[in-house]
Amino acid sequence: MMFLENVRLAFSSLLANKMRALLTMLGIIIGIASVIAIMTVGNSLTEQVTDSMSSLGANNINVYLQPKETETEITEEGYIFEAPSDGQVSVQDTDLISTEMIKNLCDTYPDDIYAISATNSVGQGQILDGRKYANVSLTGASTGEFIASNIKLEDGRFFSEAEMDKGLLVGICSDKTVNNMFDGDIKKALESTVNVYVGDKFYQVAIVGVYKYERNNMMFSLTAEKDISTTLYIPLKAAKELTHSESYSNFTIVTAAGVDADQFAKNVEGFFKPYYRNNRNFSVAAFSLASVVETMSTMMGSITKAIAIVAGIALLVGGIGVMNIMLVSITERTREIGTRKALGAPNSSIRMQFIVEAVVICIIGGIIGIIIGVTAGVLLANALGTPAVPSIFSIVLSLSFSMAIGVFFGYYPANKAARMDPIEALRYE
Amino acid sequence: MDKKKIIDMKGIVKKFFIGTPNELAALGGVDIDVYEGEFVSIVGASGSGKSTLMNIIGSLDRPTEGTYYLDGINVTESKDDELSRIRNKKVGFVFQTYNLIAKTNALKNVEMPMLYAGMNSRKRVERAKELLEIVGMGERMRHLPEELSGGQKQRVAIARAMANDPAIILADEPTGALDSQTGRMVMDIFHKLHKEQGKTIVLITHSPELAEETERIITLKDGLVINERKGAGAPSSDDKEVSNA
Repeated sequence: MMFLENVRLAFSSLLANKMRALLTMLGIIIGIASVIAIMTVGNSLTEQVTDSMSSLGANNINVYLQPKETETEITEEGYIFEAPSDGQVSVQDTDLISTEMIKNLCDTYPDDIYAISATNSVGQGQILDGRKYANVSLTGASTGEFIASNIKLEDGRFFSEAEMDKGLLVGICSDKTVNNMFDGDIKKALESTVNVYVGDKFYQVAIVGVYKYERNNMMFSLTAEKDISTTLYIPLKAAKELTHSESYSNFTIVTAAGVDADQFAKNVEGFFKPYYRNNRNFSVAAFSLASVVETMSTMMGSITKAIAIVAGIALLVGGIGVMNIMLVSITERTREIGTRKALGAPNSSIRMQFIVEAVVICIIGGIIGIIIGVTAGVLLANALGTPAVPSIFSIVLSLSFSMAIGVFFGYYPANKAARMDPIEALRYE
Repeated sequence: MDKKKIIDMKGIVKKFFIGTPNELAALGGVDIDVYEGEFVSIVGASGSGKSTLMNIIGSLDRPTEGTYYLDGINVTESKDDELSRIRNKKVGFVFQTYNLIAKTNALKNVEMPMLYAGMNSRKRVERAKELLEIVGMGERMRHLPEELSGGQKQRVAIARAMANDPAIILADEPTGALDSQTGRMVMDIFHKLHKEQGKTIVLITHSPELAEETERIITLKDGLVINERKGAGAPSSDDKEVSNA
C-alpha cells in the first residue's frame, strides 16, 4: 500500500518536472539503448552465422589442397626466404587428391566417417530454352554431398544406384531453376530434359529431382534474384567422364555421430602428410566447421564484454546524474520532508519514498532505452540484411540493471532526506 | 481533577550548542499541565522559547532535561522512530504556513497521517471525506493546494491534523498568514472542534486577542513560564480543573 503510494508520488513528482526528468534519464537511456542495439545486431549476426554453419553442417570437415607456406631454408649465409607462393602456383593433376587416397582414408577410419562428399565441377553454365534461361553450376556429386550440404528434395528423387554406377546424365536442380525454366511447375520439370551449355559444349540432362535452394546469407551478392546461379547436380561418375578427371582439389567428410570433428580434422591432416611430404607446392589441410563456430562465438563473447564495459561506464555516468538530481530534489522538497515527518512518517518511509523515485526514473529511462535500442538494432540489422533478433536476455538484464542503479544511486540522497531534522526541515525556506 | 493529563511536563530544559561557548538555554525549566478537553494558548514574544516548547510538545524534539509525558507516554526517552509514531498518533499539527504537500489534492493530504499509520485505503478515504466535511471543505476534496485560498488550505490542514484522532491539536500561529476575516473563521473551527468534539487544543500565538479566547493562557518569557491565567473562554462554573497549576 505504502509502496504503491510511493510509486504514485514518484510519478507525480516526475510529471511536475518533465524536462528535468528527461535530462536525468538521458544517461540511462543512452547507456541502455546502445547495449540493446549492439546486442540485437550482434545477436542476429551470431544467429545467422551459426545458422548457416549448421545448415552447412557443423559435423562436416572440409579437406582441401593448400599451397605450402613460404618456407625458410637455413643456408650457410643465414636465412634465405623462398618467394611466397601467393597461390600463383597452379595446381597440377599430380597435386590433386586422388580417388584412391580417399578410399584409403575411408578404410583407415571406417567408424569415424559417415559419408564423403567429393564433388566434381564441370563448370558454370546456362540452361537455355528459347528465351528462358537459368544460370547453373554443373556439378558431379556423390550421395555424401547431399548429406554434407544438407540438401532437401522438394519433389522427385535422388540418383538411383544404377544411374550412379553407369554415370547417366540425370540431374537434380534447384527450385529456382524450376521457377526460371518451368514457371515453378515442378511436375513438368520432373518430366523434362534440359539443355545445359557449359563453355562451348552442351549436355542434355534429364531432371529427376528438385531441391530447395537456400540462399547463403554469408555472401553478399549483387546478382539479380533471377540470375543467381544454383547447382545442377549430376552423378559423380557422369561428371568424371565429362571432365576426364579422377581427382579432387577438395572434398568434405561428414563425420559419424559422436566423433569430435575438431580432433578428427587433425587425424585427416596427419593421414595426408605422407602423400604430400615430397610435394613442393601443396599440402592437405582439414578444418571442421565446429571450430569456426567456436571461434565465432569466442569473438562475439569478447565483443560483448567490451560493450558491457562501455555500457557500464555510460550507466555509471547516468547513475551519477540520477543521484545529482535526487539531491537537488530533496533540497527543494525539504519542507515537504519536514511536514511528512511531523505527520508521523518514520525515517524508513521517507527513505523508501526517494529510493522508489530514483528507481522509477531509472526504470522509465531503461524502458525508453530498450525501445530506442530495439528499434535501432532492428533497423541496423535490416540494413545489414540479417533478420533482427532482439535479445530477451539483454532486455531483462538492462531492466534489472537500471533498477539496481536506481537503488544504488538513490540510496544516498534518500538516506540524506530520511535523516533530516524535522524542525530544521519545517523551518527551511 | 479526575480529568486525564494529556500534557505533563516537569522541569523541561532545552539547551542548544551544548558544551560550546555560545551554549544557549532556550527553556530554563518549564512545568506545564494540560488536561483532556482543554483549549490552552501559549503566548510570548519571539525569543521567549515558544517555538522550542512547541517542538517539544509536538514530539519533534526531546528536552535536554526534565520529563514529558504525552497522553501517558514518556516522550523524553523515546527514540526517533518512536517519536514518529507518537507524532502520528497523538499530535495533530496545524502550521502557520499550512504545509500541505504540493501537487497532492486535499483528500490525499488529509489521508497522509492515516497512510503513515498503516490504515487501509478504503477507511482512509472515508475518514478523510468525513473530516473535510467537518471543516467545510467537502466540495473541494479534489482540489490541489495551489488551487485553494489561504483559509481553505488551513481548513484542509486542520482536517489533516485530526486524521488519526490525536490526543492534542497543536496549532502554531494558525491565523498568522490569514486576513482577520478568514482568521476568524479558522478560530471558529477550533472552537467548534473544542466544544463539539471535546478536542484538546494547544494554540501557540503572539496575538493577545486570540489567546484571550482560550480557556487558559500560559505566558512565556526568556524560556520560563511567567504567568498563567484563565482566559475569557474558560467555563465559569468549574474553574477548579485549571486552577491547580
